[in-house]
Amino acid sequence: MTLDSKIPSGPIADKWERRKFENKLVNPANRRKYDIIIVGTGLAGSSAAAALGEQGYKVKLFCILDSARRAHSIAAQGGINAAKNYRNDGDSVYRLFYDTVKGGDYRAREANVYRLAQVSVDIIDQCVATGVPFAREYGGLLDNRSFGGAQVSRTFYARGQTGQQLLLGAYQSMLRQVDAGNVTLFPRREMLDLVVADGHARGIITRNLITGELERHEGDAVLLCTGGYGTLYYLSTNAVNSNVTAAWRSHKRGALFANPCFTQIHPTCIPVSGDHQSKLTLMSESLRNDGRVWVPKQPGDTRPPNQVPESERDYYLERRYPSFGNLVPRDVASRAAKQQADEGNGVGDTGLAVYLDFKDAIQRLGIEIIKARYGNLFEMYERITAEDPYQVPMRIYPAIHYTMGGLWVDYNLESTVPGLFVLGEANFSDHGANRLGASALMQGLADGYFIAPYTVANYLAGTRLGNVTTDHDAFKDAASASQARIDKVLAVKGSRTVRQFHRQLGRIMWDYVGMARNEQGLKEALEKIRTLRDEFWQDVTVGGEKTNLNPMLDYAGRVADYMEFGELLTLDALHRNESCGGHFREEYQTPDGEALRDDANYSYVAAWQFTGVGAPPVLHEEPLVFEEVHPSQRSYK
Amino acid sequence: MSAKTISVNLKVWRQPARDQPGRLVDYVAKDVSTDMSFLEMLDVVNEELIRKGEDAIAFDSDCREGICGACGCMINGIAHGPDPGTTTCQLHMRRFRDGETIVVEPWRARAFPVLKDLIVDRSAFDRIVAAGGYISVGVGGAQDANSISVPKEDSDTAMDSAACIGCGACVAACKNAAAHLFTSAKITHLALLPQGGPERERRAVRMVEQMEAEGFGACSNEGECEAVCPKLIPISNIAKMIREYSRALWKGVSA
Repeated sequence: MTLDSKIPSGPIADKWERRKFENKLVNPANRRKYDIIIVGTGLAGSSAAAALGEQGYKVKLFCILDSARRAHSIAAQGGINAAKNYRNDGDSVYRLFYDTVKGGDYRAREANVYRLAQVSVDIIDQCVATGVPFAREYGGLLDNRSFGGAQVSRTFYARGQTGQQLLLGAYQSMLRQVDAGNVTLFPRREMLDLVVADGHARGIITRNLITGELERHEGDAVLLCTGGYGTLYYLSTNAVNSNVTAAWRSHKRGALFANPCFTQIHPTCIPVSGDHQSKLTLMSESLRNDGRVWVPKQPGDTRPPNQVPESERDYYLERRYPSFGNLVPRDVASRAAKQQADEGNGVGDTGLAVYLDFKDAIQRLGIEIIKARYGNLFEMYERITAEDPYQVPMRIYPAIHYTMGGLWVDYNLESTVPGLFVLGEANFSDHGANRLGASALMQGLADGYFIAPYTVANYLAGTRLGNVTTDHDAFKDAASASQARIDKVLAVKGSRTVRQFHRQLGRIMWDYVGMARNEQGLKEALEKIRTLRDEFWQDVTVGGEKTNLNPMLDYAGRVADYMEFGELLTLDALHRNESCGGHFREEYQTPDGEALRDDANYSYVAAWQFTGVGAPPVLHEEPLVFEEVHPSQRSYK
Repeated sequence: MSAKTISVNLKVWRQPARDQPGRLVDYVAKDVSTDMSFLEMLDVVNEELIRKGEDAIAFDSDCREGICGACGCMINGIAHGPDPGTTTCQLHMRRFRDGETIVVEPWRARAFPVLKDLIVDRSAFDRIVAAGGYISVGVGGAQDANSISVPKEDSDTAMDSAACIGCGACVAACKNAAAHLFTSAKITHLALLPQGGPERERRAVRMVEQMEAEGFGACSNEGECEAVCPKLIPISNIAKMIREYSRALWKGVSA
């Protein structure tokens, strides 16, 4: 298999324009004859459904929760980037492109990133037109702020709830198409398999989560907008229902999985407090605009933070990175926190935390301004920890937050299975080895509103699809495979719960394949994952029935997939003998502890082909060519 | 703050399916850390039930940080429990006493049928928003974002209303099971923005009529909705909705 990225020719600034013109179109009168299946209702899925429905296609939209509005895009706090240059501070499409390629540690495809920066400006226009209440200034125009890793103010925001407001905007636009009869909603449905008939993605198998019934849905194209796989780590900032199942089962049907080891650890989360925890809570990194990160200089200093004098505090980010200070990219900030904890400078009961202090900002700006900027975040922190961050510094620690890897897609967002498109976090994305803050929302809406509607139409117009109904053998096979898997997991009736297994798997991943990785640890992790997977199939207990609402059964299927996927992620991390972005291999670092890339040998996208559970996957490489931004050692000093 | 360990007695509504009767069942939750959230406490109870071969208590939850709106149950008769401005997932066990009895029930409203245990069907909310709770603009035709100027006060007030998470606590708390706070928050958000202007009358009429068709009750004017709203959305939104609706009728606008 050769990977064809289908990047248009010509200068980078003209590529997308050229592709849009080259694309074939579907006559408006013919569009209603096409059924498009969209799985997932986050920013990517809802916006794609709105855009394709509006064009006149018949869209079937699926989500696992009770309403499309619950998708995890809703939890994004900080903002969305766009190269509007409303601040006159030197921003441009080219600069956003440059920052994103550099921030991704030169492991993203230039042409995709440039297009993302280009459409970023349209996204803001679209969102405002649909009524998203972005923050405004007294003059009535939009406010901007700078955000982790950027030296310009290009981030648009709606208090600390930007993701919520953008998602509700896309959700409302999507419901407008429900109202118009173009989109049909299928809530509480979980995609269990992709149906590939005659070489094309032609449908999905879903489980109705209320009745337990397996359903067959046919379509002319399938769009996966199912998010990332952060919950592999058990504790993450992702929602508890987020999972890799739709992507993984598509992978097993032939879609290559790219760069799974590129995971992002977010530096500002509320630290772990005990074994009972079901998830970690992110505190928006916008807090780093005004908060200062520090630890006591003296290891093991147990004094309350307010009693540690200035001279005995180490503001280590400001010390190590004078020009970016507390605003260094996420991977750099996270690793620096881990180093402090490893050296014994961590704070709090567990020693796995650092301080984020607002004392100086409160003195400089006054408590009212800090309240206006971060009030809801401070409240959330207090609710969870019972500490008042206006009085004592927050304690923060990195946690898994976002996954840059995902199903491999070409420039048209089409996977290696013809007719299967992958949008948003679920694809291997435009973020390379590390995503900059406020760029996930941008990518979700770019893919859904502005890219997939063109490329899916081109696919439909240029592909002669045979008539496939749900009686086709491919549907029967996929449905019976799904049924068999459900029966199998219920039949184990062992002694350990799904959650116990998930917690154990997450622990292995965090300890060996987390913020820092090394060859020996990764090899150990592979052994441990395989052993745990065998134990899962011998000893798991689920309870309940398959013929009604049974959240534990849904959960068991997702964890079973993670038992397989975790192995692939670890293999990818082991094969990539370099450090880049979120993938930090301890063997490959500069003398001062920064990530050391190996561009000569690893400047490629690693796309893995499934060959069987436990069998070695086949690696396909897509070389990355940099014509505009020349890879250099990232420096934030 | 250091965590303590407590034990609580639960009375949880168990109902196998929509068309079957339910009842309160007693459970004891032991060794509960006061740092746990309410749902993490239920997770622990479920682990025990599964190990005993019993069916776990079904409840909806997703983000567990108070923004997705998936979770919610009546805790000692109060929607989302005793803390104001707090969803069930953000309620922590430090709020309860050792040995306390806690009654846990689903939202109860005709328009929110129970599907199982604490899970209800809230799809009526989606249908209310689909009845015009949007601004009709296509993708791609929008003018530059800064060509629309919105006074900061209006924008901030619109945001206050737009903060609704669609959890349904307002309905659960109302003795008439009215959805006025939910519906009015969306109507207010869009009516306050110039972009929402052209459709405001028709939107108000359609959304209100859909709300009534779903079987939600009339506003009781007692304000229980505002008291339990985890996002502290004020009932002034309802006054605004009634004004928008009357204005539309006065102008002769119909759905």
